[in-house]
Amino acid sequence: MHPPTPDTLAALIPDGATVTVHKGDAPDVPMALALALVRRGARGLHVVTLPTCAYPASGMMLDILIGAGCVASVETSGVSLHELGPAPRFTQAVKAGTLKVLDSTCPAVYAALQAGAKGQPFAPLRGLLGTDLLRHRPDWRVIDNPFRAQAAVSADASGDVAGSEVGKEAGDVRGDVAADMARDPVVLLPPLNADFAIFHAAKADEEGNVWVGRDRDRVLAAHAAGTTLVTVEERVPGSFFASEVMAAGTIPAACIGAVAVVPGGCWPMDVKGGIALDVVREYQRAARTDEGFAAWLAAHAHVPMHAPAAA
Amino acid sequence: MAPARPEELYASVVADLLAGVRSVAVGMLSPIPGAGALLARELAAQRGEALRLTILGSHVHSRFTNGGAELFDLAGRGRIDAFFLSGGQIDGQANINLVGTGEYPATPVRWSGSFGSGYLYFVVPRVVLFRWEHSRRTLVKQVDFISAPGTSPPGVHRPGGPVALLTNLCLFAFDRARGRFALRSVHPGHTLEEVRDSTGFDFDGPGGEGDAGAGPVPVTTVPGPERLALLRGPVAREMAGVYPMFAREVFGLGAGDAATPAAPVEGAA
Repeated sequence: MHPPTPDTLAALIPDGATVTVHKGDAPDVPMALALALVRRGARGLHVVTLPTCAYPASGMMLDILIGAGCVASVETSGVSLHELGPAPRFTQAVKAGTLKVLDSTCPAVYAALQAGAKGQPFAPLRGLLGTDLLRHRPDWRVIDNPFRAQAAVSADASGDVAGSEVGKEAGDVRGDVAADMARDPVVLLPPLNADFAIFHAAKADEEGNVWVGRDRDRVLAAHAAGTTLVTVEERVPGSFFASEVMAAGTIPAACIGAVAVVPGGCWPMDVKGGIALDVVREYQRAARTDEGFAAWLAAHAHVPMHAPAAA
Repeated sequence: MAPARPEELYASVVADLLAGVRSVAVGMLSPIPGAGALLARELAAQRGEALRLTILGSHVHSRFTNGGAELFDLAGRGRIDAFFLSGGQIDGQANINLVGTGEYPATPVRWSGSFGSGYLYFVVPRVVLFRWEHSRRTLVKQVDFISAPGTSPPGVHRPGGPVALLTNLCLFAFDRARGRFALRSVHPGHTLEEVRDSTGFDFDGPGGEGDAGAGPVPVTTVPGPERLALLRGPVAREMAGVYPMFAREVFGLGAGDAATPAAPVEGAA
């Protein structure tokens, strides 16, 4: 039995699967696995960013998947290369109409993910009313807050009725406002349960537990997804559960589908969170044109192991 | 001491807009608000007050242990007093567009996305809008896509919203009841005419409602030597760890000058 590699993990993700990826302010970017998906020729993926891919490495990874034709749709609150500017293949694909984007806002992604992780039918969220985000999301619903309505009714019953001492016309207007207040519209979001959560992490232990430190996003993603595929820098002996300090930042093996040991798997980040911005700049320059992107891909993706980060 | 750079002027105005705030968060790609919030923290410390500051993307300035949702959870509970938002387009009703221009979804110009705006604009009491390109293509009559609306009808739960719009030409205040901006001050070297010519929406003069702005317009206060010393000292060193490109350009500092190293740091690989 051979140990898992990025390519064996990529082989587990079928075309058309829904996949969550992370925002990349921590070294959670599964670049090696993404490049393996490119090599596999994955198609029709639905990528949900938790809640954005707008740091240099995360934006670059999603941009590569889009440019390589792996992605049919992205649900996101933001895609960019951070300080370096727009993600070129993402921007191009939107303009060309070849990529479907479900625009969201960060807390909506988190709320839906939490509902998914808990097995709940929906999540309510404040805000969003009056936005074009809501207008373009037929999967989101607006209901009246059932608890607020109850509160308003009991306020009316106590005789505290708005407009009771004003003229009829003004009273009607106030009555409408009071009715709106009583409605208290609130947005409901469907739960997010991706087929796969994919991310990089610092280390796994002998039992297959994965340590992510204080980052709860990867814990939540693993709880919400059908299968969680992880690349790690290293596998260490023993169990993280032997230490209370380590256990607090650990995803139990029961929530993990497979782990591949891939040192430098979050390139061009390093596992301490540093980023080789020159690599991202070079990518950004190349990916401005179809030809440049193809050349970049040929140099970096069509080999089983990507180039390690420059020293 | 070298005269104030424009970025230092804007950061100083941001610090003034944060007066009295106890908890402020700075979002993605917001180096000037970040510098302004750091300055506000220094000024608060001089008065013996504490300003809790969160800068997203900075490990040092993000004291969260419950994931990316924690900021939004805190904001929903009223625990974030101030935040900053920008827009590819901002209109006269303070609607902001972070998605793109033209007809959605295949927008000819596509920006990165709405980030937390569709929520934070509703729940954070003091939202400061900023835009460093004050022009008719950025400050428009009506945005092409509403990432977050400036105002909401009665009955919509809305403890938060915009209080001001700061640009490279001037400072506007926003009147939530009227859904309209009023000019507060024009930055040194610029004029009311220039602001009018560069703004795609109608706004009131400094007198507020009904003031067409015919009278004298205040000039934005330039930061004095004490503020500049704070900006170029402790603020600059913190900025070098969070926004290395900005710190190098504005303050001439490299990542090695950072007071506290924070990821991502260029060249750390």
